[in-house]
Formats: sequence, structure tokens, C-alpha cells
Amino acid sequence: MQIPIEYYLILSAALFMTGIVGVLIRRNAIIVFMSIELMLNSANLTLITFSSYLGNSIGQIFVFFVMAVAAAEAAIGLAIIIALFRNKLTVNLDEINIFKW
Amino acid sequence: MTVYDIIFYLFAAVTLISAFFVVTNRNIVHSAFFLLFTFFGVAGIYVMLGADFIAIVQLIVYVGGILILLLFGVMLTNKIVNVEIKTGTIHALPASIVLGLFAGAIGAAVLNTNWKIVESPDPVPTTAAIGRMLINEYALVFELLGILLLIALIGAASMARR
Repeated sequence: MQIPIEYYLILSAALFMTGIVGVLIRRNAIIVFMSIELMLNSANLTLITFSSYLGNSIGQIFVFFVMAVAAAEAAIGLAIIIALFRNKLTVNLDEINIFKW
Repeated sequence: MTVYDIIFYLFAAVTLISAFFVVTNRNIVHSAFFLLFTFFGVAGIYVMLGADFIAIVQLIVYVGGILILLLFGVMLTNKIVNVEIKTGTIHALPASIVLGLFAGAIGAAVLNTNWKIVESPDPVPTTAAIGRMLINEYALVFELLGILLLIALIGAASMARR
């Protein structure tokens, strides 16, 4: 391991911040969804980094669990987006205000 | 600058540049394809960290599953005939302020912490160890995850077909 641990952590932080920017500035629900996947990936990357640098593979088990939850989240999220699209004919988050009255 | 460093920078560049394009590209289908490269880059970083099993699972689950699901979502929620598959950006200034604050905080945390590092020997295959842990110590969590996935799939199907 010649590469310092900080490099991996900063890479992961940059990926997470890209995801945050995506959630904040984009108005399409599917792009927001992709940004959430980016953030999940960066969290996984941090876990794998610590697991590798501490010589302990429990972090990899945890990443496996996170991936399973991410798969469930992707299925549910897309079902919600498709149901919303069927009702409102848009996936623009600014126009989806059915909880307001 | 060893070969190891060069490969790390290559994967890091692929990951970050394509992640940037995922967020900024105006065409959703292009964003989905850039997301593919991000997932590949992260899988490469996993291999460099010695997590071979997780790298393969990353490729199978994210590239083979979630990305295809996302593309289905894009196709189902945009009428292919009209070109209204593009969307703009808003609130760029508050977003950059939030980003700057967050970047400062997390950068300071990363650089000022004295990380505990165990010098490990060369990476060994991890699949057998992970499998043994999944059916011994973490068997309950593993089964619960299976039930969670089943419930999620049933819920998604019943929500999407109505």
C-alpha cells in the first residue's frame, strides 16, 4: 500500500460532493436518483478503504449489505417515479407538489 | 511514481470526471452512460484496495442491475418521440456555497485526523472469508436482507403496475 489513505478518502469525498451538487441543482427526478447512487458509492468506497487499511474484512460485509439495500432502494425509487409520471406526466421535481394544497 | 500510482490516478480520474458529467450533462441518457463509467472506476478502485469480491459485486449489481433499471426509468418517463429529454439546473449559487462549506469541513477532517493504519501484507482473496462470515456471524442480517429485497421487489411491482 504505497498510496496514503488520505488519497482514497479525498476521492470518496469528491464523489460524495458531486452527488450532493447533483441533488441540489438538478430538477429531474432520475438525475437526482443517479446522484443518490453516486453518494452511496462514495460511502461504500470509504468503508472499503478503512477495511483495507485496517486489515479487517468486516467492512466488506457491510458494503455488501449496503449494496443490497441500494438495490432495493433503486427498485422502489423507480417504481415511485414511474407511478408519479403516470399521475402527473412529469418527473420535474418543481412541478410535483401534490403534497401541498 | 510507480505503476500502482498511475493506475490509481487513472481510475480516480475516470470516476470523478464521469461523475461530473453525470451531474452536469443535460441529456439524461448520456448521464446514465457516464454513470456506467463512474461505476467501473469505483470497481477498479475496489480492486486496488484488495476487495476483489466487492468489485465483482459492484459490477454485477450496479452496472448489471441498477443502471439497467435506471435506463428503463428514463425510457418509461420520457416520451421518446419528443426531444424533451433534457432538463436544466437551478440554484447553482446556494449549491456552490453549501458545497464549499462541506468541502472545507470534510477536507479538514480528512487531513487533520491521524488515521490508524495497519501495515498489511499483499492482498489475499477475500471471497472465502466473506462467505464464511455471512453464514456464521452475520447469518441473521443476511436472511433479513433477503426478506427486505423480496418485500422491495413485491412493493415495486405492485406500485408500478397499477
